[in-house]
Amino acid sequence: MSVRRLADKQPSSFAFTPANLEWAKAQIAKYPAGRQQSAVIPILWRAQEQTGGWLPQKAIEAVADMLGMARIRVLEVATFYTMFNLAPVGRFHVQFCGTTPCMLRGADHLKKVLHRVIGHENEVTADGMFSWVEVECLGACVNAPMVQINADYYEDLTPEALSRILNDLAAGKTPRPGPQIDRHLSAPIGGETTLIDPSIYTGSGGRAPSGASLSDGGAKKPGEAANVHEAPLPKPPIADATDPGRG
Amino acid sequence: MTMLADKDRIFRNLYGRHDWGLEGARARGAWDGTKAILEKGRDAIVNEMKASGQRGRGGAGFPTGLKWSLMPKDSGGRPHYLVINADESEPGTCKDREIMRHDPHLLIEGCLIAGCAMGVHTCYIYVRGEFIRERERLEAAVTQARDARLIGKNNLHGYDFDIVVHHGAGAYICGEETALLESLEGKKGMPRLKPPFPANMGLYGCPTTVNNVETIAQVPDIMRRGAAWFAAIGRKNNSGTKLFCISGHVERPCNVEETMGIPLRELIEKHAGGVRGGWNNLLAVIPGGSSMPLVPAGPDQADTLLMDFDGCREKRSALGTAAVIVMDKSADIVRAMARISYFYKHESCGQCTPCREGMGWMWRVLERMAAGRAQKREIDMLMEVTTQIEGHTICAFGDGAAWPVQGLLRHFRAEIERRIDEYTANPDTEGVLDPVVPEAAE
Repeated sequence: MSVRRLADKQPSSFAFTPANLEWAKAQIAKYPAGRQQSAVIPILWRAQEQTGGWLPQKAIEAVADMLGMARIRVLEVATFYTMFNLAPVGRFHVQFCGTTPCMLRGADHLKKVLHRVIGHENEVTADGMFSWVEVECLGACVNAPMVQINADYYEDLTPEALSRILNDLAAGKTPRPGPQIDRHLSAPIGGETTLIDPSIYTGSGGRAPSGASLSDGGAKKPGEAANVHEAPLPKPPIADATDPGRG
Repeated sequence: MTMLADKDRIFRNLYGRHDWGLEGARARGAWDGTKAILEKGRDAIVNEMKASGQRGRGGAGFPTGLKWSLMPKDSGGRPHYLVINADESEPGTCKDREIMRHDPHLLIEGCLIAGCAMGVHTCYIYVRGEFIRERERLEAAVTQARDARLIGKNNLHGYDFDIVVHHGAGAYICGEETALLESLEGKKGMPRLKPPFPANMGLYGCPTTVNNVETIAQVPDIMRRGAAWFAAIGRKNNSGTKLFCISGHVERPCNVEETMGIPLRELIEKHAGGVRGGWNNLLAVIPGGSSMPLVPAGPDQADTLLMDFDGCREKRSALGTAAVIVMDKSADIVRAMARISYFYKHESCGQCTPCREGMGWMWRVLERMAAGRAQKREIDMLMEVTTQIEGHTICAFGDGAAWPVQGLLRHFRAEIERRIDEYTANPDTEGVLDPVVPEAAE
């Protein structure tokens, strides 16, 4: 367990934007009638995104009122789940994985970079651009060591690669997420040892359908190839302070 | 052992080289004859799953067909739910992530078949909060399936079925099925006492089955190719293929789908380029994710370890999620295990005292042992404490945190004693308790 408390300095009010309010209603509608409480995590998450990466007390209360929950119940949720930040974070919030599989592959060296470039854990840089926190296993262990910056995973890191990514972000560039070495996602370095028989990608390739195949046309066109990552989304600046990182 | 042929692999887009979308999935064989499968009926699907011998891929290895058959036939009007556990957080494990981002339609089709087999019309997929991109991908695939009328109301399969993609916000414990249900109901993820079991009283008090992503994503292929095909791969009671995540001190860490029961050494050398510095440089391996005891190098140990449920049990470990964490002789084994204990201390939900207090206690002792700043009698004391946690908590989290420590003490007692001797011979000026001020469970 970790002890997590609300920040000392709190804004005096919170209100969802009309678009987010609409979105929240759609979330509630996903669950059976009377079970709107199920939407608490997604809606808190949206509130956190709206405030620029953290949950003020007023946002927690607003969500409680919206869902007809006792405020303490929402506060419990906000303090239990560690992805809810209870104090402001930087525009680029680095979640550094320090668990054993990453540790075995040199996560400790990345931590030194974070200390050097950003500073102390859980502290926001003076320009509001960066903060970092050590988290537990992020589930990309064959691409260790790695960090998550906002929504994106940066994998197979070296101290140099991490420094470069942080520099790029500070300079307003958008570094490419995923493995930072010459490697395709979670395939072995140097190329696949499996899935190399081309015949499995032509026809049913030994999949032996047990019944007549369906002709149910009208399928939506698939999106882009799976190995193309979306560009990372920069978070909105904290509060409405001037944004030194942009421009 | 002959290598699994590519044609017998289920996850053909494991590495995301191909289109993840509906067209790509169809080209690889997904959504083929799904209607005919559903028309076989509930009992036939469950029996086919039983015959396949598939056991849950999420860690516990419970037979899938049996689990499905535990759902009541008639629930007096209460809806049935299928909940997919995509809260993949076991250290070392990163397989469900690949399924969600590269082969999501296998999962969606599997949900439909499983739902039909259990009288379920609504399925929730609970994705861990950190997997934001994976969730977006999965949601896009669900929308594709709905737009193509493969799922949804009045779909082409004639079985009303919808999928809601839900997410958490960073809590390992929500991978425990009842904690996951609590979280899905909008509460703190604290495990429930069992009984009642979810099959009778699960989500919203209704009959619910919770299955792992990989388990369900294998279902369409099992139904299409037949139980006999799946059962013929691997050993008896350990059938089928499995995604292995090979991390740590290997030359080329990777995910790979292989046959169950593949020898550990073959798995690592064929797909991961071998242990760094050669097989003889192996120190120990954790075969099934951080909750499972380590297996040390040696002729009766890692050398002869077969990677399936029974094979791992023979070495007093478990297959778990098949996340293979390899440590070579350069690894600081005590510190590596102390870090795992820190993980459990951080992730304990705090509901049961043995776990909440015990995790921090074990971590602090292990940190001292890593530096040799301990007494030898504390080794037995630590072992004693692990047995007081194991089996004395509501969920299996307590066991999962105790076992890796027990594995360490069982196999590396001599190493801990060596460090204690080394430190005792040359103690530093720092007080033993200095860096580890006893604090309540934090």
